[in-house]
Amino acid sequence: MTVTVVQFGGSNCDRDAVGALSHLGIDAERVWHEDGLPEDTTGIVLPGGFSYGDYLRAGAMAARSPVMAEVRAAAEDGVPVLGVCNGAQIGCETGLTDGAFTTNASARFQCENAYLRVENADTPWTRAYDEGDVLSVPIAHGEGRFEIGEERYERLDSEGRVLFRYCDADGNVTDDANPNGSRGNVAGVLGERDTVAVLMPHPERATLPDLGSTDGQGVLRGFEAVSNA
Amino acid sequence: MTAYTATVTVRLKRGVLDPEAETTRRALERLGFELDGLRSMDRFEVDLEAADPAAAEERADEMAERLLANPTIHDYEVEVRER
Repeated sequence: MTVTVVQFGGSNCDRDAVGALSHLGIDAERVWHEDGLPEDTTGIVLPGGFSYGDYLRAGAMAARSPVMAEVRAAAEDGVPVLGVCNGAQIGCETGLTDGAFTTNASARFQCENAYLRVENADTPWTRAYDEGDVLSVPIAHGEGRFEIGEERYERLDSEGRVLFRYCDADGNVTDDANPNGSRGNVAGVLGERDTVAVLMPHPERATLPDLGSTDGQGVLRGFEAVSNA
Repeated sequence: MTAYTATVTVRLKRGVLDPEAETTRRALERLGFELDGLRSMDRFEVDLEAADPAAAEERADEMAERLLANPTIHDYEVEVRER
């Protein structure tokens, strides 16, 4: 009964993810991607970092690695999967979630705090919140601009699969509050199943009280039901 | 079997923002150049052997579909020549 944090070459938030989950009492371990998913995997984190040096496109190489076929199969079986930052890019490149995360409109790497508005509180990842809640969670990415065709965006939106949008401190979703030019200020989305989610901001960096905000705890608690089952 | 080079050009779909190209354009203007626009794209030259050009193109096309391009944001084209 363990959340597997998949470590690729170039992952750098894998330890943080284990530390944050452990802090919440959720059993978690780091697993090297070539070792495959352990049998007792009850949840999967695709952590942040720069897998394969962002060659070709961020997440493109990791998405085609053998372990991701296992992750896709597990996701289809209902195992919860959370992709954070580079893990979100990998999730989109793998097709676990729709859309793509590409170069920030600023063309710069942005490491700063962001405010997120909870768009759908009826998911494992957001049931600790209410719709409209504003969370303070850090971002750290150069390729976090969410891109998707108009029709697919409309579908994502109408199906309630937009999880978080960038907003200001008061919860207003505005262009000024959009750090990277994402379509519709989208910061995180659900896959076909609500047990699969990806987001660019780092909930594991907003979990330990020593680091300031603990607003990200609720996202990681999405694993709680299964890991303690 | 014949030896071919398949050139795969991957570019952003029309309307998708290209911040790197925009930054490059501004840098060229800072250097004093006059220009109306600039687009950037990736080009891959894939050496392969195939029965005929159509088979080479088909394989390169699948490479683009499955890895070299991201169909959500990219268009691509494939050109095959003998090497």
